[in-house]
Amino acid sequence: MRDGGVRAELGDEKLVEMLRLMFRIRRFEEKLARLFKRGKLPGFVHLYIGEEAVAVGACSALKREDRITSTHRGHGHVIAKGAEVRRMMAELLGKVDGYCRGKGGSMHTVDFGLGVMGTNGIVGGGIPIAVGSAWGDKQLGRDYVTVSFFGDGASNQGVFFESMNLAAIWKLPVIFMCENNGYTEWTATEKLTAGDISDRGRAFGIPSARVDGNDVLAVNEAVAEAVRLARAGGGPSLIEAKTYRWHGHNEGEEVFSGKYRPEEEMAEWREKDPIAALGARLTEWGVMGADDVARVDAEETRRVEEALEFAQQSPFPDPEEALAHLFYGERPGLQKEVLGG
Amino acid sequence: MAEERSIYFIKAMYEGLRDAMREDETVVVIGEDVDRSIIGATRGLIEEFGDERVKNTPISEATFVGACIGAAAAGMRPVVDLMVGSFFYVSMDQVANQAAKLPYMSGGQVSLPIVYFTASGPSGSAAAQHSENPHPMLMNVAGLKVVMPGSPRDAKGLMHAAIKDPNPVVFFQDAVLGGTRGPVPDGPYQIPLGEAEVKREGEDVTVVAIGALVNRALRVADKLKNEGVSVEVVDPRTLVPLDKKTILDSVRKTGRLVVCDNARITCSAASEVAAIVSEEAFDSLKAAPRRVAWEDVPVPFSPVLEKRVLVDDEKISAAIRSTLATATV
Repeated sequence: MRDGGVRAELGDEKLVEMLRLMFRIRRFEEKLARLFKRGKLPGFVHLYIGEEAVAVGACSALKREDRITSTHRGHGHVIAKGAEVRRMMAELLGKVDGYCRGKGGSMHTVDFGLGVMGTNGIVGGGIPIAVGSAWGDKQLGRDYVTVSFFGDGASNQGVFFESMNLAAIWKLPVIFMCENNGYTEWTATEKLTAGDISDRGRAFGIPSARVDGNDVLAVNEAVAEAVRLARAGGGPSLIEAKTYRWHGHNEGEEVFSGKYRPEEEMAEWREKDPIAALGARLTEWGVMGADDVARVDAEETRRVEEALEFAQQSPFPDPEEALAHLFYGERPGLQKEVLGG
Repeated sequence: MAEERSIYFIKAMYEGLRDAMREDETVVVIGEDVDRSIIGATRGLIEEFGDERVKNTPISEATFVGACIGAAAAGMRPVVDLMVGSFFYVSMDQVANQAAKLPYMSGGQVSLPIVYFTASGPSGSAAAQHSENPHPMLMNVAGLKVVMPGSPRDAKGLMHAAIKDPNPVVFFQDAVLGGTRGPVPDGPYQIPLGEAEVKREGEDVTVVAIGALVNRALRVADKLKNEGVSVEVVDPRTLVPLDKKTILDSVRKTGRLVVCDNARITCSAASEVAAIVSEEAFDSLKAAPRRVAWEDVPVPFSPVLEKRVLVDDEKISAAIRSTLATATV
């Protein structure tokens, strides 16, 4: 990648922030893996470790007002969009200080104020929602953009094709961001998916690109280009980022899944650690020293520790809250604030 | 309230839509062929509001139903013409897993003012896939309001209220009602969701009737009057939230209940009403509640087969007579 140009374009501060966010996601999720192993995490959890460059590369090209829809493997997207890990941890533990007051959990984390329209338990479920969000903004005369993160598995859902078609005919400011981590649950995606996912946009006349999903700067560049196009009224884009998940489809899968990925493949991808790659590049460019990288890592590790303490101290919601928030007399305060209405 | 005229049910829906669109420019209507409107409720809107607010969609139910979630979150009030009741099944994930659940899952951060309206139910040999009334299934999905008016007047006022409601609302136009007429006020008005109406007062038996069966129940009540039976007819109008009080008050007065529902009997709206009355007004009942609903089969095509499955005047009369004939001690 052309170093000088990228450094000048993004600025050192942003580059360091991207590294920081990737560390934050990684350390947060490593903590979740340990909590799950110890039986301290309610429900089940899908970890993003190894894929951090996609979320951070994409969200770093967005403004706060821009929106995202996310997936069942969504902690990275939500953190990259600006969520506080303490409130996420509280949500994952089902506590009242969580983003959804313990109602959503890992797969339904929503923060309307950050433009996070939800992680999603249904594969492909967020894609039409993102298209509608972009439609709403266009209709209301805003220049916001919506990014829909989805996986290689979701690329075989009908709504993916329907949504690309609708976004293309209505020229909507939506970016279809496919993170192809190689596996659709426990089956190699190449066995389930015909052709290249990035080619699927071309049939609809949608500009489509394929990037190295472990190179945060390449992801950022591709998304920034798509964002420019969308804001200028040029309609949707499709980006496929090739990456790899280090952990299982979900934590604890080994009790039923058996081995389904070759050891050498896993080792090969671990060599391509997106965080190490960015750290090495930033030290090579002189943006920061190796000790600075370690310091950022230590700060984020501590942040996650504090998040866990906060979440553990946070009370469980009053059981009666289970009956609240079904119907509304009017739009909730936060939404009114965000909508300016 | 303004002057009343007699207009078609479908025209009353159009007026409710039109009034809401005039009132709030964030209201948009989308669906397949909404510009020319095959069923009729959106016919004429594009002339007044243009193609940015009246948009034709591809035949992609899941996607346009889901797109309304994002659009509502962004500040719009989308209204969807789904055309046929069973098309809900095509979009079920976006209806039941996304629209209905997102506000709740967010812990109260988001409201989604969306209306999904559709013509549904049997319309005469429309066969299995075009005769569905999925309201019982959607009543069971927490997070959706469900409206099913029985008269043009209610259709117009409930449509306007549904669009203004900050929650996802499913609005069922029982297909056979589209071409029925009734008195409708000229100007804009709203009928609050969750309010039943006693359509006819009576002393001997309460008939709760839903959608197209309201007219049938009224017709049967007229016939039975000649036999000296006084029937009270209650139209819930909204199924979620359900106006339990009006129903219970009526049953406490008459002591008997027949519920007529234009849907398969298992887990029907009729079952729910009968269960509520049994639990909450048991002491007032002089006879077991009766449900009049479809046989548990898909709706068949041939007129003779269809008649065997659906609710007709005879089945309603028979149920009323049987409650009058039996009494609990």
